[in-house]
Amino acid sequence: MDALLKFAALLFLVTACQGRHESLYSTPNLIDSAYGSLWPLPQKVQTSPAVFSLSGASFQIVHSSESSAGPNCHLLQNAFRRYFEYMFGFMKKQGRYKSALASEVSELQVWITSTDSECDDYPTVSSDESYELSVDQPIAVLKAAKVWGALRGLETFSQLVYEDAYGAKSINKTEIADFPRFAHRGILLDSSRHFLPVKVILANLEAMAMNKYNVFHWHIVDDHSFPYQSPTFPDLSQKGAYHPYTHIYTPTDVKMVIEFARMRGIRVVSEFDTPGHTLSWGKGQMGLLTPCYSGDTPTGTFGPVNPILNSTYEFMTQFFKEVSSVFPDAYVHLGGDEVDFTCWKSNPDIQKFMSQQGFGQDYSKLESYYIQKILDIVAATNKGYMVWQEVFDNGVKLRPDTVVEVWMGYNVEEELQNVTAAGYTTILSAPWYLDYISYGQDWQKYYKVEPLSFKGTEEQKKKVVGGEACLWGEYVDATNLTPRLWPRASAVAERLWSDKDVTNIDDAYSRLTQHRCRMVQRGIPAEPLFVGHCDHEYKGL
Amino acid sequence: MIETSLHKRRGLNIAILAGLSFVFLHEVPVAQGVWPMPQKISQSSQRFPLSPEEFAFQYAKDSAAQPGCSVLDAAFKRYFTLIFPGYSAPSTSTFRVDPFTLVVKVQAGGCEEYPDADSVESYSLGVSGGQGVLTAETVWGALRGLESFSQLVYQDEYDAYYVNKTEIVDFPRFLFRGILLDTSRHFLPVEVILKSLDAMAYSKFNVFHWHIVDDPSFPYQSLSFPDLSEKGAFHAATHVYTQADVQRVISHARMWGIRVLPEFDTPGHTQSWGKGQPDLLTPCYKGAVPSGTFGPVNPTLNSTYQFITRLFKEINAVFPDSYIHLGGDEVSFFCWKSNPQVQAFMAKMGFGSDYTKLESFYMENIMNITAALNKTSVVWQDVFDYHERIPRDTVLHVWKGTTAQYRQELSRMTEAGYRVLLATPWYLNHISYGQDWKDAYTVEPLNFTGTEEQKKLVIGGEVCMWGEYVDATNLTPRLWPRASAAAERLWSDEEQTSSVSEAYPRLAEFRCRLLRRGIQAEPLYVGYCKHELKAL
Repeated sequence: MDALLKFAALLFLVTACQGRHESLYSTPNLIDSAYGSLWPLPQKVQTSPAVFSLSGASFQIVHSSESSAGPNCHLLQNAFRRYFEYMFGFMKKQGRYKSALASEVSELQVWITSTDSECDDYPTVSSDESYELSVDQPIAVLKAAKVWGALRGLETFSQLVYEDAYGAKSINKTEIADFPRFAHRGILLDSSRHFLPVKVILANLEAMAMNKYNVFHWHIVDDHSFPYQSPTFPDLSQKGAYHPYTHIYTPTDVKMVIEFARMRGIRVVSEFDTPGHTLSWGKGQMGLLTPCYSGDTPTGTFGPVNPILNSTYEFMTQFFKEVSSVFPDAYVHLGGDEVDFTCWKSNPDIQKFMSQQGFGQDYSKLESYYIQKILDIVAATNKGYMVWQEVFDNGVKLRPDTVVEVWMGYNVEEELQNVTAAGYTTILSAPWYLDYISYGQDWQKYYKVEPLSFKGTEEQKKKVVGGEACLWGEYVDATNLTPRLWPRASAVAERLWSDKDVTNIDDAYSRLTQHRCRMVQRGIPAEPLFVGHCDHEYKGL
Repeated sequence: MIETSLHKRRGLNIAILAGLSFVFLHEVPVAQGVWPMPQKISQSSQRFPLSPEEFAFQYAKDSAAQPGCSVLDAAFKRYFTLIFPGYSAPSTSTFRVDPFTLVVKVQAGGCEEYPDADSVESYSLGVSGGQGVLTAETVWGALRGLESFSQLVYQDEYDAYYVNKTEIVDFPRFLFRGILLDTSRHFLPVEVILKSLDAMAYSKFNVFHWHIVDDPSFPYQSLSFPDLSEKGAFHAATHVYTQADVQRVISHARMWGIRVLPEFDTPGHTQSWGKGQPDLLTPCYKGAVPSGTFGPVNPTLNSTYQFITRLFKEINAVFPDSYIHLGGDEVSFFCWKSNPQVQAFMAKMGFGSDYTKLESFYMENIMNITAALNKTSVVWQDVFDYHERIPRDTVLHVWKGTTAQYRQELSRMTEAGYRVLLATPWYLNHISYGQDWKDAYTVEPLNFTGTEEQKKLVIGGEVCMWGEYVDATNLTPRLWPRASAAAERLWSDEEQTSSVSEAYPRLAEFRCRLLRRGIQAEPLYVGYCKHELKAL
């Protein structure tokens, strides 16, 4: 910290360096933030100058005697161990010793106050993530209604611990009352354009928990490959994956991801995007895609899902039945974006169907026809659904509980106005396409977004339940995904968690610089924001 | 940005095309050849199976290098693993493959030397049934040939190894093919540097330009002036390069035929030097009083030149290369102008108010110091732009401007008779969305107005990875395979390698090969590698 501060003045002198010119973003000042390294910033923080020490040899995280959760809550047991490792794992364990310092925090008591801790449940969009943290000596208390709040509070507690000049673990007397501003705080990863090994996904779930994200939007299949291994339709991955064994997610893999996420209070929302973005589906499911024509003859290429065949809907019914049982989340993302009509237009059977249905030349009506059938199929599995904004834009009849994801970069405010005015729950991802990279500190751009700046009533604003940072996979795979995502996605995390008024760039920069070093120390190769160093540099290679 | 908003997954059609070519690559078991493209290569479809158990390297009887040649002995060991990446233990299979021997003949010795500015890297390679013959003038050429051979070997869908009948005659288009890494803005652990050297050799780079110190930190642990890193490094113990570290880098580089060119940039970019060497930097003034801040090196004091002489004497002993990079870029006159002693010196020297004369005075002194050590100076273009008197054998390093501007600069410098290095189009720390490797690939380094003689003065080019936004977490995927695009431009014949679309599948396969070798090279576009990155 100290070193960083001294360095701040220097940074200014060197910003205009050789060829390191023209970045669109300015370099903020490193300051001594009153909030230390907290990220995302809790809603209410009161710190006092009183400092207590913590000893790795004696410190314990325990269930409070009044807690409704106990040692048989694996989720918390696992979290206790994880956070102990984060806080003390880098030190050699020494024998238990009596601290010479009178003021020591020796225990963190975790107290789940509600009778149902939800320890064995899956998190949902309405899960209570609020918590209160009181750090005092000799005991710190973390109170939360549910385990989800306790997880967030453990992360916060671990962020309050720092090393003093002698390397001793220290913590200030602190009172925190915290809750998320938005209920849906997601990251989209795309495992179709490039296959992402399971361990890459797990590492990013770890990083998500460090940033209080709570939704993993798994864009699992697309045109390029179909890595999801379906027990019902094994040919889909057998023929549609990049490789039928090395580039797939087995049911065991998927279970592992879901459980790993649950343990961190993260939902897994799977996306099976149709009717476009489905080229890879066609390899393992004959007759599913529309054959494209040139004049009277099929060209041998295929377009979107064929919406005029009963077999299509029979397939989808079976398929989504499986998906609904594999993925426990209450929502499935159905995609519905970027449907190209060229192939449909070329196909004589489709033309015939269009005139039978009285659709004229309006192919968006055919798209609506398809989507409505899919929505009904999914509704029958008792799942809610998320869709990309086009489905709303094209006037498809939606169930009132549909979640619409706004992703198009233009007229974002107008779109938010329209979707919320129509009464739909909304997720915003348009400003947070992190696959788009540029030179310099672009985290500031993501940080400065205000999701509720559109014109609308209070009721409308409440309809925006959150946002997502999207990392589409054109240029991203296991080699570069993690440093590209972090800490840029951390900027989005604070916007979605913290109070609207948390907008000071210097303060954010100072906290985020430390937060990124903390991620590095925890083994996440989060890239640097700017010139400088971490006490513990990245060790993996 | 409008285009941005139109497609969530941008450019579906291109995506499909690129995807297809990927599939093609991996379903047809034929090596796409060598990257960077050799000057002359002819291959036939006749292929020979190779087996790790029946493969051997051998020094030719009339080779000047024989067993005991440190560079080649070590290279054989490395390349065995690179040629047979899946090999772990002798197989129990009864499937017999004919023995294959790669016979290596080096005409001159020099196994224990360092590669240098005039090292010859040409080689020829013939592969036929049961035998390959690699002939090179020097061990450095033999290293390049071994790399090419390793890239000719491929595996079919049953993981059996093959090599096709091949004839290669190869030599680099440019003698100097460098990569700059910046260890001052972020400290790069030695392991990261060593790994980068490995990757450099795979793309036939031959110079590691070590921008070792700069304003933000001074990680070089000096024997003569230990306070420089003690006080000027980010951390005196964990963020420094000890002499042992430096030796490790230099000897690792030597084994790959890579020169280590250290840069000690002065008189600007020296803030970190000031912490461990009081009075080296110019105190800035506010009116009549020092402001407490410091500017460039103080060029008016004798002590400055005594210090530089001692430091450079040390550097001369530590770094064996005949070149040293003196920097000399981006000197701000703001602080010099504010300082009364500097003003007085200006008047005494008759420089008037032309501070470029003061800078010139300083650089001349520094270049004289290096000349006395028998080193060739490399300086950034600023030194040429503002000064007339530069020693003839100085190498000028072009880093600024638009394409038109750097071409003009190349014309002017070569017309004045100086040797030049081009870096401007290869500032790979600058990133943008999409396949920007194409920009690095399509550079035409000699496309400037000048005679044949002038063009010969362009000794090469350099990829620069400045460190503002790069450290151990992201350096490798940011550098590779983008730097490999520049590598082909610097090694290969321009006419044979002018097509981006022909380069794409070759580079995509080369990138997968880098992954297989443990280099975390990022993808060019949608697709996959048979062997994805194993580590995280």
